[in-house]
Amino acid sequence: MTTTDASPRVGRRLGDLLFAGTARAAGITILIALAGVATFLIVEGIPGIVTTQSSAFAGKASFVSYTWPLVFGTVLAAVIALLIATPLAVGAALVIGFYAPRRLATPLGYMIDLLAAVPSVVYGLWGATLLAPKMQPTYAWLADHLSFIPFFAGPASATGRTILTAGVVLAIMVLPIITAICREIFAQTPALHREAALALGATRWEMIKMAVFPYARSGLVSGVMLGLGRALGETMAVAMVLSASSAVTFNLIGSQNPSTIAANIALSFGERTGVERNTLIATGLVLFVITFIVNFLARGIVARGRKGS
Amino acid sequence: MSSTFPSSTLPPRSLTANALPRWAPLLVAVVSAGLGVLASVLFSWGVAGLVLVAGSAMLLLLPLWSAVVENGRKAKDRLMTGLVWSTLAVALLPLVSLLWKVISKGAPQINGDFLTYTMRNVILAQQGGIYHALIGTLLVTVMAGIISIPIGIFCAIYLIEYGAGSRLAQAITFLVDVMTGIPSIVAGLFAYALLVALLGPGTQMAFGGAIALSLLMIPVVVRSTEEMLKLVPNDLREAAYALGVPKWRTIAKVVLPTALSGIITGVTLAIARVIGETAPLVIICGMTDGVNTNPFSQAMATLPVFIYSTFQEGTGTSVSAIANADRAWGAALVLIVIVMALNLLARFIGKIFAPKTGR
Amino acid sequence: MAKSIDVSGLNIYYGDFLAVQDVNVTIKARAVTALIGPSGCGKSTFLRTLNRMHEVIPGARVEGDVVLGSDAIYGPNVDPVEVRRTVGMVFQRPNPFPTMSIYENVLAGNRLNNRKLKKADADAIVEKALSGANLWSEVKDRLNKPGMGLSGGQQQRLCIARAIAVEPQVLLMDEPCSALDPISTAAVEDLIHELKTDYTIVIVTHNMQQAARVSEYTGFFNLKAAGQPGHLVEFNKTSKMFSTPEQESTEAYISGRFG
Repeated sequence: MTTTDASPRVGRRLGDLLFAGTARAAGITILIALAGVATFLIVEGIPGIVTTQSSAFAGKASFVSYTWPLVFGTVLAAVIALLIATPLAVGAALVIGFYAPRRLATPLGYMIDLLAAVPSVVYGLWGATLLAPKMQPTYAWLADHLSFIPFFAGPASATGRTILTAGVVLAIMVLPIITAICREIFAQTPALHREAALALGATRWEMIKMAVFPYARSGLVSGVMLGLGRALGETMAVAMVLSASSAVTFNLIGSQNPSTIAANIALSFGERTGVERNTLIATGLVLFVITFIVNFLARGIVARGRKGS
Repeated sequence: MSSTFPSSTLPPRSLTANALPRWAPLLVAVVSAGLGVLASVLFSWGVAGLVLVAGSAMLLLLPLWSAVVENGRKAKDRLMTGLVWSTLAVALLPLVSLLWKVISKGAPQINGDFLTYTMRNVILAQQGGIYHALIGTLLVTVMAGIISIPIGIFCAIYLIEYGAGSRLAQAITFLVDVMTGIPSIVAGLFAYALLVALLGPGTQMAFGGAIALSLLMIPVVVRSTEEMLKLVPNDLREAAYALGVPKWRTIAKVVLPTALSGIITGVTLAIARVIGETAPLVIICGMTDGVNTNPFSQAMATLPVFIYSTFQEGTGTSVSAIANADRAWGAALVLIVIVMALNLLARFIGKIFAPKTGR
Repeated sequence: MAKSIDVSGLNIYYGDFLAVQDVNVTIKARAVTALIGPSGCGKSTFLRTLNRMHEVIPGARVEGDVVLGSDAIYGPNVDPVEVRRTVGMVFQRPNPFPTMSIYENVLAGNRLNNRKLKKADADAIVEKALSGANLWSEVKDRLNKPGMGLSGGQQQRLCIARAIAVEPQVLLMDEPCSALDPISTAAVEDLIHELKTDYTIVIVTHNMQQAARVSEYTGFFNLKAAGQPGHLVEFNKTSKMFSTPEQESTEAYISGRFG
């Protein structure tokens, strides 16, 4: 192998050099592109942080007090989405992996993948015009009967376009990602141990508890984190579904909802000019940092899981 | 040695005792459906109530029956089986609802004029169309493809064939991971910031959209190409080297053709992913009513942004609002059809052109 | 507690593919029965039908009867979970649960049946099962260490301990020594000798010397022809099988002329 490109003929060497050079250049382009993303976001973002023009912060005192409710809303919506999506995704992956007959498992897998193919703007359209009005009576009921729980404090939104609805739409969007990762992890659990459990007289569920979940834990966590990364950055569905103000509240069903960073950028970019836009770019930088950390942790867990096993 | 096991630790053993009959799940399903109908009629809860009552009855009755007749372990197994299947049903419910809604609301909008008219000078409920948005989406996506497909494929070639294990390759692998996680709106902000820095504030052009989409598309192309190149057996490369073929020709003539179908599938899926991207285009391409074929000047309409803006103009009960809401559904149907067609195409390519194995 | 197994008219399928055809045999209680034959002839497949592990593979099914003592294990309303508790199995490669300690590995099957196992009972079962598997003296000081830390041969005996801890009536062994070195193999073979006083043992092996060493009865499986299903060619006392087999192909296989 080491002597393969030691051919003495110059023409061949030139071809090799060109080809290798192009490949390397493509790789380096990626380095430059990401460095560019960071640089330009910082260069264009800083003026939006240090500005004294109060319209840049929409009446708030500083960049921090402008961004904080958005960070809160971003995290809240993403957490709601994961709380809903994770059990569903694990269940769906279990069906496809262990419960469904083989003939049914493949089409079911395709259908879950189809969920990932639907563009987010279509989810937004569906969420705002169909899901939100259908959820509204439930919110009214929750506000009437369970208002002692802070999450359902009410009064219920009249349109149903609340952070909970946004969270449900986000859950549907991250579900296929988590399901795909769970399927992969479940498929990798050693058949040897699954059979050992069955041969001891375990029921199917006991087999899954004994010989599937213990292996899947780290992969499951990283899958959820990747879903979180996606949910944090999702823009259009939230922008279209949520009727947002800048409230910081845990009331999930009211008409006052925190917006998310991404949705806020999409919604207000057109109305803003000059340094006001720089402020939005700065919030985008904050979002970038948050998703970077989440994804970084997810990869770290995957890498550690691999080393451990 | 048979006597010293503590005999009380295991339940008595019989292969057949106390099993529910084979038709038990069917019976429970019928009973549950009956309960659902009864509840929905008595309390007038409608179809949602029927499904909810029938579903929970099914979920609870079978395990309860099993707990009485069989044993706790089997009851738990039946309960979990029911739960796991119902998670799948719940997960697929939105897909069905969404597709149904898009088709039923969108199909009436689709006609020849809808696909060939623009929105220029269209007022109230006059016939408008998405021609300008289709052209825009096509241009932006093609440009994004021209930027990201060569970079992505060559980058993967570098990672697998040349760089393997080197510092640079490790750094690139890490950064591709980072790129995968970039929120699409941030990609749009980057393109905007770039154009502002180069051309001054307030710039809108479709080429910026192509840059933003490339940023989202490159990592997908790199990843899928990498996977495919890894699948090419090393024997093939060594066989070519042994024949005195230089490395670059080996890659171009042996490795890439072997992996070609997989790479095309990956690229098609990457296109399907970015063609529906909205957020970056809202920022950088903007919206306009007519056809703009110059990607380096002015706003250009694209299909996803068309859906978004007609949706926003479509709230209310005025004539033009209703017309816009309808157009949003029509455009959504067209977009979904395009995305699904690309996905199907990808699977088709993967199946048809896959390297023939033994059978 | 050991029981005999009567197999009659057994056809084994993977989907539409008939893998093993028309097996009729009686496996004696408290004896070791070895199954030999060339690769792919269906001996492991047959073994897995004796505790209904075969049907774990998607699309796999059987026709015919397998009677354990007096119970038909493929009869209506028979619970495969119960069958597997009654007929223990040891696999080709040792497979202790890596997340469990040695102690918990032995108890894995018992814990399924009895959540609230008393500590004294649990200790007694572990010692009994590990002693039964000739492993007690080697591991008694490190019962709480992970099972994966043991050598291959120890792991395999741990798996045997795990199988006998639920007091099965039959033990199935699918090439239990094929992943082991000669010393570990000898230890497992010794163990098989001791276990046969309590259990009905069926062992699949590639190694004819092993079959001759450990078994009283031997069954020879072979393909009828390439692409045809496997079948049971001959079933006999091991001593007779290895000296004067009835079938020509058995003699050819045993004397090493093919396979």
